[in-house]
Amino acid sequence: MSATNTMHGWTGTVLRVNLTTGAITKEPLNAEWARDYVGGRGLGVKYLSEEMDPSVDPLSPENKMIFATGPLTGTNASCGSRYMVVTKGALTNAITTSNSGGFWGPEMKFAGYDMIILEGKAAQPSYLWIYDDRVELREATHLWGKTVWQTEEALRAELGVPDTIIASIGPAGENLVRFACIMNDLHRAAGRSGVGAVMGSKNLKAIALRGTGGVSLADPQAYLEGQWAMKEKLRQSPVTAEGLPMYGTEVLVNVINEHGALPTRNHQQTVFDEAENISGETLTETRLVANKACFSCTIACGRVSTLPGEASSKYSVTTNPQNWKIAGEGPEYEAAWAMGSECGVGDLDALIKANWLCNDLGMDSISFGASVAAAMELFEKGVVSQDETGIPLEFGSAEALVAMAEKTAYRQGFGDAVAEGSKRMTETLGRPEFFMGVRGQEFAAYEARAIQGMGLGYATSNRGACHLKAYTVAAEILGLPRQMDPRATEEKAEITKIFQDATSTVDATGLCQFLTFGVGLEEMLPQLSAATGVPYTLEELVHIGERIWNLERLWNERAGFTGKDDTLPKRILEEPIPSGPAKGEVNRLGEMLPEYYELRGWDKDGKISEAKKKELGLE
Amino acid sequence: MKQLRVITEKCTSCVQCELACAFVQTGTFQPSRSVIRVHIFDEQAVYAPYTCFQCDEAWCLTACPVNAIGIDSDTNAKVVMDDVCVGCAVCTVACPYGTMFYNPDTHKAFKCDLCGGDPACVKSCPTGALEYVDMDQPDWLASWADKVNRGFQHMQDEEGGNA
Repeated sequence: MSATNTMHGWTGTVLRVNLTTGAITKEPLNAEWARDYVGGRGLGVKYLSEEMDPSVDPLSPENKMIFATGPLTGTNASCGSRYMVVTKGALTNAITTSNSGGFWGPEMKFAGYDMIILEGKAAQPSYLWIYDDRVELREATHLWGKTVWQTEEALRAELGVPDTIIASIGPAGENLVRFACIMNDLHRAAGRSGVGAVMGSKNLKAIALRGTGGVSLADPQAYLEGQWAMKEKLRQSPVTAEGLPMYGTEVLVNVINEHGALPTRNHQQTVFDEAENISGETLTETRLVANKACFSCTIACGRVSTLPGEASSKYSVTTNPQNWKIAGEGPEYEAAWAMGSECGVGDLDALIKANWLCNDLGMDSISFGASVAAAMELFEKGVVSQDETGIPLEFGSAEALVAMAEKTAYRQGFGDAVAEGSKRMTETLGRPEFFMGVRGQEFAAYEARAIQGMGLGYATSNRGACHLKAYTVAAEILGLPRQMDPRATEEKAEITKIFQDATSTVDATGLCQFLTFGVGLEEMLPQLSAATGVPYTLEELVHIGERIWNLERLWNERAGFTGKDDTLPKRILEEPIPSGPAKGEVNRLGEMLPEYYELRGWDKDGKISEAKKKELGLE
Repeated sequence: MKQLRVITEKCTSCVQCELACAFVQTGTFQPSRSVIRVHIFDEQAVYAPYTCFQCDEAWCLTACPVNAIGIDSDTNAKVVMDDVCVGCAVCTVACPYGTMFYNPDTHKAFKCDLCGGDPACVKSCPTGALEYVDMDQPDWLASWADKVNRGFQHMQDEEGGNA
């Protein structure tokens, strides 16, 4: 066979599907790029940069979508389950890199592909069926309109191949909800920035996979030693061995609330008096059925949750995740925050129900919850009335939250406004100051006035406000790798840059970021080198992360973003927190940003210098 | 005699056992070659690893027309002898438990051989859902069936309740 078969870790093959023409081609992976960008987020960003004009409309056929795995995806490295969706975000108009676990990414490797590149737009609703080297673009008119869970069931029955793994969009993606996501394995989401809307705009309902091949290793013995060493460390970390398995990400609700950093009622407060009701402890005691792991994960943070019949049926929605007789999943911490404290809702059952609806309808539960919160503030301040919203959109209303999930996904009534995301919605209604986010994307569950570094991380995040690009909460709250004062601005530029670069590399390997609570790049390095046969050094891995970060930034420059976009809402910069442990604080971005630019080697306006481009090979 | 025991309550569906099994056989991570399979019953939130429990009746062994399946006297494992196996796949039909497999590349049958008494799946399991312990009977099958049964029962109750 071809020379690509000599690759290890990587499969060496890229699958390209032109949805407009129906052309399906397989091409060898660019080995030089693979070495310099590793995979996943890195390779996806590189290919997108080389192939696509960043100025196009994200919902036009000219936008491309890349599903990218890393060399460790599909291996037994702990949490080697990840794939990345790289495209121009429907919510943000910026480059986005949305990550998901479950079993879909590994199955893509077993089918023989490192990446799938989608181009154009199908003439009719379609799905992609990939069974090893057999690839077919099929009509999906009969699936259009189905929810995610219905789609998986129908498609699996239709294909008749056991162990088929499916990624799909729900009604939200079809209806171009700006924060629609792509769901796989029923409950796992490539969640943010509207990657599901991009897929919907291409008339692509689903990608079904079955792969019977394997992932080979360049140096099996060295690889095995590396993965055992990392797993041993994960077994010793209190976060990866105890906190996450015991309570899931939801363990953070009480922790963050006690720091006065849990944004509440669209960031009007930062302490939620009903936090205990929606905490991981309460979820575990009252509604948890089981932990579920993604492929090869030794942490198993996934929360399989249940609702008794009467708790599930008390809301006036017609969509009921119907093939789910006992349990669904979630909510995770970020979703519990967005739909919970940010909306003032302290009813855990409502959060579970709304979370299942988001999963089944295919919406990002973070941006959905945060957009409803912004709508609730518009309602509270009298900007919109019940005549317009149809229902009383009051902070704290569980009924309103659950109802809006359905209305938003189907763009019914006021749901049509919420479906545009809170930036477009608040601008249209003349109150842009109620948008809590950056580059069009809503914040995640950490108050930037109480945790200074997160403010810098949000402001400079290439895909818009995001907790997954520089999780300085680890240092500022959890004390990992060392405790930093969350209220101080000193050293935050440095830690933010370090976290951004390291995270970019982790996202390129195919591993899960949650590993970084217990291990670092130095533990991942031996596995990466032994799997691929490329003798990476730690310095190189850090350098690769910096290269990925800067390439994303360059892409955004070409899409029209500048340093002026590295900012935060007025509320975060100027309105002091009214009460709680962080009372009186604002985010002092101005103290951190110039230092950050300097450390990055960018000019005072945030433009990447020629010298930095040269150093990173980005000319 | 030691036997493989599955404790379904502890399984999280991470499939580390499948990866370890595949690696022992192929040197790669190829779950389709694993002889231990994690059955994921999402509707019931039940995850159940399942493999040959080396049953005494061993219909695979009695069905084999060329006597290619023997018994490892150290472990009681039923073992396919590759040099004798002609690839007729009768054993895969004979096994009532679905734990005999056929490799289309090598044209041989393959099954769990307990890794000669040191099962890789057991070592790889991060939650202790797999054990290799002294037991008179393969009693894990009862708990496995019970857990799955309870899942279906619950599902039927819910259906009845909603109707």
